[in-house]
Amino acid sequence: MENRKELLSSVQMARFVARGSLRLDAVVPAELNAEGLKVLADDVPPVPYGTPLSAAYPEGSFVRRLLELPRVAGALRSLVGPEPWVDHHFVHTREPRGGDAQALHGDAIIDVRPDAFDVQLMYYPQAVTLEMGGTLSVPGSHLRRTNESDTGRYQNLRGQDRLVCPAGTVVFLHHGLWHGGRRNDSDTLRYMFKIRFNPTVRQQRLWDTSDLHDPQVNAELDAMFPWYEGATGRLERYNRILLWRALTGDDSYDLDHWVTRVSNRPKGTVA
Amino acid sequence: MTTEAILPARAGTADATAPVLRQQVLVLYLADSSLDSHVVGWSRYDGTGRTSPTTGDSDEPPYESGVAALRDGWRLFQAAQLIPPYPGHEYDVSFLKHEFFFERIVDASAP
Repeated sequence: MENRKELLSSVQMARFVARGSLRLDAVVPAELNAEGLKVLADDVPPVPYGTPLSAAYPEGSFVRRLLELPRVAGALRSLVGPEPWVDHHFVHTREPRGGDAQALHGDAIIDVRPDAFDVQLMYYPQAVTLEMGGTLSVPGSHLRRTNESDTGRYQNLRGQDRLVCPAGTVVFLHHGLWHGGRRNDSDTLRYMFKIRFNPTVRQQRLWDTSDLHDPQVNAELDAMFPWYEGATGRLERYNRILLWRALTGDDSYDLDHWVTRVSNRPKGTVA
Repeated sequence: MTTEAILPARAGTADATAPVLRQQVLVLYLADSSLDSHVVGWSRYDGTGRTSPTTGDSDEPPYESGVAALRDGWRLFQAAQLIPPYPGHEYDVSFLKHEFFFERIVDASAP
């Protein structure tokens, strides 16, 4: 897949590191969405775990063309690099006026890698209204050390994101982000197609770094979310700084002295 | 008082005048360990069966603080312990720390 790619900026990457997600509204054209609805209704044949992306979907297939859209391909390249593995994919449906909301959860199992992450692409071929039970996600929850649906006790958190989006929206999620399908209270069957990608290269400066020192990078990394407890929100910043260091390779990066302060252990003695 | 006397009536089996007492539970997650700090998360469970609260069903909390829930008649029955971080894990983030369970006993037979 060496087509044109529109890489993410440093500001967008910083936003992903802080929020745990990146949303591209209406990035898929209408005709591809119409085709996508038919393809998802028929289901997408599974691929073996860990299939290299270039071998996962046939040339010209719907999924291949979806992933070759310049902004989608660029975001994927920026987040996990070239030729990631396809971990798995799945067509999620929410039946009209049926079923329950999913418990708030993180996918797979607890995954605390400090210098690598998987991404989950979520594609919405239809416009999603609030009543259709769009995906619930909790910004800034991806660095929490919790296992799968142990978070099911949490029904609502301040600042949660109840997805409402135009057709053709693609969202990329950090593997740890708390999320769940909401109850569909509409008369419309809702589709979402998810692909999980594993990186095969070190995730360092894979995006367009020309704006690495833009002040907005710090502003994005400094974000606080309304559901954070005050004290723990400071620890969230600390952990974000460590992740940004890993992604940029800059071990001196800091934000308001949070990491420097608590790692300062001078060895020199007074002469 | 005998044990029988404090057991709630089973729905559909009590005489028409006896109250059918059921528990409603409210869980509030607060910004710090104080009961008067502001609400950052909330969950509700309804033993009457009249409502079915669920994940992602509201963006606005039912109360602004734990104390506001007390003032509205909710009774606190459990508060999260304050547990020091495990050595070596002082910077880890995990579950919400400041969890408070409230209950309200209501008559499920009342109109």
